[in-house]
Amino acid sequence: MTTRRDFLLLAAASLAAPAANAQVDPNLAANRKAAFQAALSKIVGDAKVQRGRVKLQLPPLIDNGNSVPLSVTVESPMNAADHVKAIHVLTEKNPLPDVVSVALGPRAGRASLATRVRLADTQTVTAIAQMSDGSFWSDSAEVVVTLSACLEEGLI
Amino acid sequence: MARAVVTVPAQAKRGEIVEIKTLAQHSMETGFRRTQTGELIPRDIIRTFTCTYNGVEVYRCDLHPAIAANPLIAFTTVATESGSLSFQWVGDNGFTVTEIAPIRVE
Repeated sequence: MTTRRDFLLLAAASLAAPAANAQVDPNLAANRKAAFQAALSKIVGDAKVQRGRVKLQLPPLIDNGNSVPLSVTVESPMNAADHVKAIHVLTEKNPLPDVVSVALGPRAGRASLATRVRLADTQTVTAIAQMSDGSFWSDSAEVVVTLSACLEEGLI
Repeated sequence: MARAVVTVPAQAKRGEIVEIKTLAQHSMETGFRRTQTGELIPRDIIRTFTCTYNGVEVYRCDLHPAIAANPLIAFTTVATESGSLSFQWVGDNGFTVTEIAPIRVE
């Protein structure tokens, strides 16, 4: 027979267990921000990132974060003296900030990239272009994601 | 067997910028998903994509788990001479696919 004491203990345990599972890492937002900053400084180092020249295109409202069309174009003459050396795409709230890094040169003709990405959450996506003179240019786009690409802890 | 599709114009004028579209068949497992029993599904993605034009690298991508399944990559290159474009995808667990497309430049 279940005593009142047993019942209370069981009830308390069953209430506590899901609460513990559903608990989000309190440092998650800070960790994601630190990871984004680390990824950014790995690309640009100490250089200054200017806004402009880069055009990042994403749909503003995304139904399904599993496959989001993304395109980046960079204004550049793309000749031997002045061209885009690299294009990087970073996200703020994906489990990993890096999305894609492209290495290109004057043989590419135009500095462009079109692909499909996964987005975990409503967030800001940033594209950074590295020019042959060493300068960095960027553009960012804010997107609203209704269905996340990866339903892992912290995004419930 | 893994498959890949590339779209390259069969012929182009010298100096013309041609558009190239590539699509590889790959699940791009992120390594962040779990099974119903809570075990982590190991990462299995394509790491790099390289396009070489007659042996010279013209475009290279480093891909991360945030690229959607069956990665589509569209870009451009300058048609300089007749020859072939070679596309290579390299990924985890020894994944390698190579496609070759001829191009005629007038």
